Amino acid sequence: MSNHSEPTSGASELRPDDGSRRSFMKQAGGILGLALAPPFISQAERLTAFSKTVEGVSAMRLNVNGTVRTIQAEPRVTLLDALREYLDLTGTKKGCDHGQCGACTVHIDGRRVNSCLTLAVMNQGKEITTIEGLAKGEDLHPMQEAFIKHDGFQCGYCTPGQIMSGVACVREGHANSEAEIREYMSGNLCRCGAYPNIVAAVREVAGKGKV
Amino acid sequence: MNNFSYTQAGSAKEATAIRKANPQAAYIAGGTTLLDLMKANLEEHPQLVDINMLPFRGIEQTPDGLRIGAMERMSDVGENPLVLQQYPAISESLLLAASPQLRNMASIGGNILQRTRCGYFRDAAFPCNKRVPGSGCPALQGDNHNLAILGTSDACIATSYPGDLSVALAALDAVLTLENQKGKQRRVPVTEFYLLPGKTPQKETMLEPGELIVAVTIPAAVHARRSTYLKVRERASYAYALASAAVGLDVQGGTIRSARVALGGVGAQPWRSREAEKILTGAPATEATFRAAAAAALRGAQPRSENRYKVELAQNTLVQALQKVAG
Repeated sequence: MSNHSEPTSGASELRPDDGSRRSFMKQAGGILGLALAPPFISQAERLTAFSKTVEGVSAMRLNVNGTVRTIQAEPRVTLLDALREYLDLTGTKKGCDHGQCGACTVHIDGRRVNSCLTLAVMNQGKEITTIEGLAKGEDLHPMQEAFIKHDGFQCGYCTPGQIMSGVACVREGHANSEAEIREYMSGNLCRCGAYPNIVAAVREVAGKGKV
Repeated sequence: MNNFSYTQAGSAKEATAIRKANPQAAYIAGGTTLLDLMKANLEEHPQLVDINMLPFRGIEQTPDGLRIGAMERMSDVGENPLVLQQYPAISESLLLAASPQLRNMASIGGNILQRTRCGYFRDAAFPCNKRVPGSGCPALQGDNHNLAILGTSDACIATSYPGDLSVALAALDAVLTLENQKGKQRRVPVTEFYLLPGKTPQKETMLEPGELIVAVTIPAAVHARRSTYLKVRERASYAYALASAAVGLDVQGGTIRSARVALGGVGAQPWRSREAEKILTGAPATEATFRAAAAAALRGAQPRSENRYKVELAQNTLVQALQKVAG
């Protein structure tokens, strides 16, 4: 909660102006979203009182990587879509979108979860950590270093999820043997088949006890 | 996924009142089953009621046994020291299920209410008596390799509960505490909670509309402490059971004093086999006894075109599980 004072009225202010297709698509979406938004009432705060119903596009406050950010979104927006499409944190990947592949793995209050199967609206007030939140400035997280060292990927699409899951696997104490790592990393699929190198990376970090 | 409104309920009373006012609303806890089904347009709800704030928490000893709150998560229950020591089959059934991520999310109540993995149920392009009553069952003549062989009907041959936990709960005489819209609680054994498909496969449990699962209580017993859950899958991890066995034995001086047996992956619902238990109880703890019990458990099996292998697979799974706990 290092940066709690960021008052944002909508996702549009959070976008890097990189002129990319993704940015353009989202700006278009943002303008539409703004047009549909109800007059400003603090839905997020009303949530703290029980039995308040959130309907349509409304403000949600999400604490992501230590920064509280506000988006305007419908209740049906998953945490994964909120991260990627509203907060431009595209490191978290959408694979199957059904909790079967693990590409969308993030940490919520320190626990690894599939961000595709939880709603953004349900995760207000929780500490969300994505792959973008692992490195400290230019210093990569030890798990990121280990994935590079052991070549724990080919195409790289599953890698953010693998790394987030690997960090949790070590922290949980489930990385004591190759067999245990394989079992506790089984929620993250890699179609390139980089498993031996992923296991080696997780094992090295576990052995050094530095997560 | 259809659009919906979202309400965070602060109490069971609030949650059930919302459901009463809007019968099409659904409760959401972990969301891993519900959102999956809603994304596939297999379920549509105009309103979701978040029940995570409900006080259905805790894993505690009671005079009736270990009481586990329905809002507890699979990973926390599976790794709980009391569960590990007193009910190894429960712990194993939880930790062999799903993935670490899903186990961190999924609640015990939600696990108990998870729905079938039958491919025809999960693809809205096909008829399915469970999804659209009266529309037919393509699985009868189709791809039924992972479907049930016990307790099925001509209307449905799905393993309606495809998971693991309730198989272990059924074996160890667990009892659910339910709370209805009037705030009244009742207790129902897991073995009576699930309904066989018969002519109404859309009705899967005896839960009343709007009723909530509050907790599950598992009685203490020697056969519970000496229990295991063995799961056979198409891959080593992160898959549903083709066949599984939850067993508990109290063996003294080579003789079985009491036995508990339930099968997963083969029954229309978690399949408690009192036939197998009858053969085991009082008999010597030998492979011959285990084989006889396994044969009794599968005696009523009705395999279809592609799941005949399950008759033998389930028997061998059960025998291996019994050998493990007999030590």
